[in-house]
Amino acid sequence: MAGNEITSAEYIKHHLTNLTFGNHPDHGWMLAHTAEEAKEMGFWAIHVDTLFWSLSLASLFAFYFYKAAKKASAGVPSGLQNFVEMIVEFVDESVRGSFSAKNDLVAPLALTIFAWVFLMNLMDLVPVDLIPWISSALGIHYMKVVPSTDPNVTFAMAFGVFFLIIFYSIKMKGVGGFVGELTGMPFQTNNLLLKPFTTVINLILEGVNLLAKPISLSLRLFGNMYAGEMIFILISLMYGAGWVMGIFGGALQLVWAIFHILVITLQAFIFMTLTIVYLDMAHAEHH
Amino acid sequence: MNINLTLIAQLVSFAVFVWFTMKFVWPPLVKAMDERKAKIADGLAAAERGQHEQELARERAKEYLQEAKQQAAEITAKAEKQAALIVEEAKTKAQEEGARQLAAAQAEIEQEVNRAREELRSRVAELAVAGAEKILRREIDADAHKDIVEAVAKQI
Repeated sequence: MAGNEITSAEYIKHHLTNLTFGNHPDHGWMLAHTAEEAKEMGFWAIHVDTLFWSLSLASLFAFYFYKAAKKASAGVPSGLQNFVEMIVEFVDESVRGSFSAKNDLVAPLALTIFAWVFLMNLMDLVPVDLIPWISSALGIHYMKVVPSTDPNVTFAMAFGVFFLIIFYSIKMKGVGGFVGELTGMPFQTNNLLLKPFTTVINLILEGVNLLAKPISLSLRLFGNMYAGEMIFILISLMYGAGWVMGIFGGALQLVWAIFHILVITLQAFIFMTLTIVYLDMAHAEHH
Repeated sequence: MNINLTLIAQLVSFAVFVWFTMKFVWPPLVKAMDERKAKIADGLAAAERGQHEQELARERAKEYLQEAKQQAAEITAKAEKQAALIVEEAKTKAQEEGARQLAAAQAEIEQEVNRAREELRSRVAELAVAGAEKILRREIDADAHKDIVEAVAKQI
């Protein structure tokens, strides 16, 4: 479906550009017309498509789960309630399995992460050109429909989790305990001369350990989804290269989509499980 | 691929959705599920209790039946004994009555015999007198020999 006038590189670039609204240094507040303009806007810009899709999907989740929660009773559950309860049960079991402390926030947090990440990843299965094609017919030039291929989304979630890790670490162990954890391990000494050295080394090691958590969380999800999306884009490029390649591309897309169902669910599950584990470590006295 | 304000917006909305889930979605669902779990456990326990009770009732019914059978047997035995007793009594009574009546009949017969003998005696006396009279009429005067005749009659 790549137009005849544009090259493959342009096609890919087009697909990877967000619909950006921001403050351009030359033109003021506006929708970016090109990827370069979007880049020039710097930090003061918003990815409208990312926000729209992610908030829509989260609202979808919130709406259906709220609907089920409002009607929830101890009687025989109906279809929607059954479905929702199945997911809740699944998340609850994961939390019980990995989280040993008592905290009412963790399970709802895990449910939100799982459902939201799953829904955002699910957009990957929509044919890559479908929604951009519709939106361009409506006059919107750029449209990136998979929010989890936008690092803003994955980093936002990971930073949220990171913030909670630090919050609960300090809440459970106190500032001293948290700092002690960062500096007192893994090298331990009672020698006052060696103490400064071990402290610095420990701080570096534990600091990397701590910072690796949000970065690995966000980059893992982003990387997987971005790569998956990229492959879908590359496959769809084959449709423009003759009917033999087209048919081959169709088969390839089907296979990749089926495989991607696994990736989508797995990534959502990994993000959720790691969040639970990290928060459990934040609550634990030693790790 | 730029990091920009979207990050902050996502962070805020993430917080809002987590808060929403924590406030409105998770607690009612978990509460309902826990309640249902308790309800099912209660139901199962009640079913088990019912089964146990039924077992007990069956046992008790069996016991009652056995007891009733035993009682019936006892009653029958008693009744049979009593019947035998009554028959025995009746027999004894009948025998006694028979004996009594026999005795009475014998007494009457004896009485009758005595009377007949008395009559016979008097008749014999008369007959003897009449005979003697006939004999003596030819030979003697009745008045003259009265004392002799009487003396004879008394000897009979």
